[in-house]
Amino acid sequence: MKALEISGLKKTYDNGHVALNGVDLTVDKGDFFALLGPNGAGKSTTIGIISSLVNASEGAVKIHGHDLTTERNQCKLLIGLVPQEFNFNVFESPVNILVTQAGYYGIPGSVAEERAERYLKLLELWDKKDRPAREMSGGMKRRLMIARALVHQPAVLILDEPTAGVDIEIRRSMWTFLEDINKEGTTIILTTHYLEEAETLCRNVAIIDDGKIIEQGEVAELLSRSQYQSFVFDLKAPVDKAPALDGFKVTRCEGNRLDVEMPLGDSLNTLFELLGRQGIEVVSMRNKTNRLEEFFLRLVGDDENDSEEEAN
Amino acid sequence: MQSIAAINVVAFKTIVTKEIRRFMRIWVQTIVPPAVSALLYMMIFGTLIGSRVGEMDGHRYIDFIVPGIIMMAVITNSYSNSVSSFFGAKFQHHLEELLIAPVHNVVILAGFVAGGVCRGLIVGALVAAVSLFFTRLSVENPLTTVLVVVLTSTLFSIAGVINSVFAKGFDDISIIPNFVLTPLTYLGGIFYSVKLLPDFWQGLSYINPVLYMINGFRFGILGSSDISIGWSFVVILSFIVILASVALYLLNKGVGIKS
Repeated sequence: MKALEISGLKKTYDNGHVALNGVDLTVDKGDFFALLGPNGAGKSTTIGIISSLVNASEGAVKIHGHDLTTERNQCKLLIGLVPQEFNFNVFESPVNILVTQAGYYGIPGSVAEERAERYLKLLELWDKKDRPAREMSGGMKRRLMIARALVHQPAVLILDEPTAGVDIEIRRSMWTFLEDINKEGTTIILTTHYLEEAETLCRNVAIIDDGKIIEQGEVAELLSRSQYQSFVFDLKAPVDKAPALDGFKVTRCEGNRLDVEMPLGDSLNTLFELLGRQGIEVVSMRNKTNRLEEFFLRLVGDDENDSEEEAN
Repeated sequence: MQSIAAINVVAFKTIVTKEIRRFMRIWVQTIVPPAVSALLYMMIFGTLIGSRVGEMDGHRYIDFIVPGIIMMAVITNSYSNSVSSFFGAKFQHHLEELLIAPVHNVVILAGFVAGGVCRGLIVGALVAAVSLFFTRLSVENPLTTVLVVVLTSTLFSIAGVINSVFAKGFDDISIIPNFVLTPLTYLGGIFYSVKLLPDFWQGLSYINPVLYMINGFRFGILGSSDISIGWSFVVILSFIVILASVALYLLNKGVGIKS
């Protein structure tokens, strides 16, 4: 049985905007799954439909085999949602926010209080438990939403850009926390703009664009299909014009910076040899993007370029 | 595993607790002002002007207006509690906490309405307590009094939820209270008996539903009223059924709360 099965999902908003145009998606139980896509691709609409905040126009959604249309309450019990925007009562205290949310799932007060304590401690918010939530920092608010989503111990946790605007230290501690609950058996579905996050955490990924899934598979398998990688070279002296590098593509040449795209598997030694022959000395180098980002940009970026050309 | 019915029982208690906590947290804004307004009404209209008015419908003027003043506080506070709480939850998006949970729309409506009723009754009790400084409040028909006040409070709490479902901004939640509710309440016979009005205005008054509520409550307290108590219950219950059906239809459709 799958954790999530989506077939032929379509959504057209009242203003005529087609947000989803036939999404098919499956997520295995226990998976750590990333749903990636550019802004407006349909990620949040998909999540909105799964979590009953948006009505679908067409298609079917099943959670642990339960049909969302006919068995909505069973589906709701299985899902925990961490939305993109802060959506708790900022005048309430974290402990009240969690106990209230637990109550909505039928969890009585004493059990709810125990769970609130457990998750607030796990997410390092216990010392703020009685303060109004509006006094918390952005990172704390994000963690509060994760704690709230877990209070009824859902089988599937959906996180819509959970680390947006969170500093790197807290982001990494959130990664560790999410990895731990995934190991305990919770299926996690994540959308993020940080592709490093998806590459680090997720086993499977789907890429959505223009309301359709354009790629889906294991992260490792998708990465193996990536044909190019890009590097940024910091040069000792500035160069006037892009050097001719046979077999490589210079994507940017500006002052002391040179960006080069090369086929995956080609030797960097060849590139250094070509640069050396032209008297260009490299001081340092780095990957321009991580591998998943490279793959993502190629998939999504090409479409954008095509549409720009058509528009011209 | 808990049944959905059991889950909804806990959810209802949770919503009511949350609602009571909300208006008690801001008691200076929610509980105190109606008591102060009532105090002023009773002082100015009841004592100062009332002593010159004499009797109204066979009662001292202060005794006549107290039930209406209590009812006015109940109506406005029940309405404003559910309209501001539901709209606030919509505006801050924390209504989504409820919408993603397995809570039936009947329970969501009942929870917000119960919150409004609780505030209405607390404020009503406080205004009644204030009135004891001006009159000896004796209740002729306790059961009628309680039923009318609870049902009226329920009715206006439901109306508040409907208002907030359609509201897109804070202006939208003040239009109905200011331009509909207040005139209907003042023209509903708080300060006068409709029997004093010329025929045309008396006839017009009978289409004002608030008249039936204030007079029903007055019957409970004073034992006399411009309207038969049976009609009062018919009007109040009819409006509850109609408004509750509308509210549930809107919630089930997701109007104003779902995309």
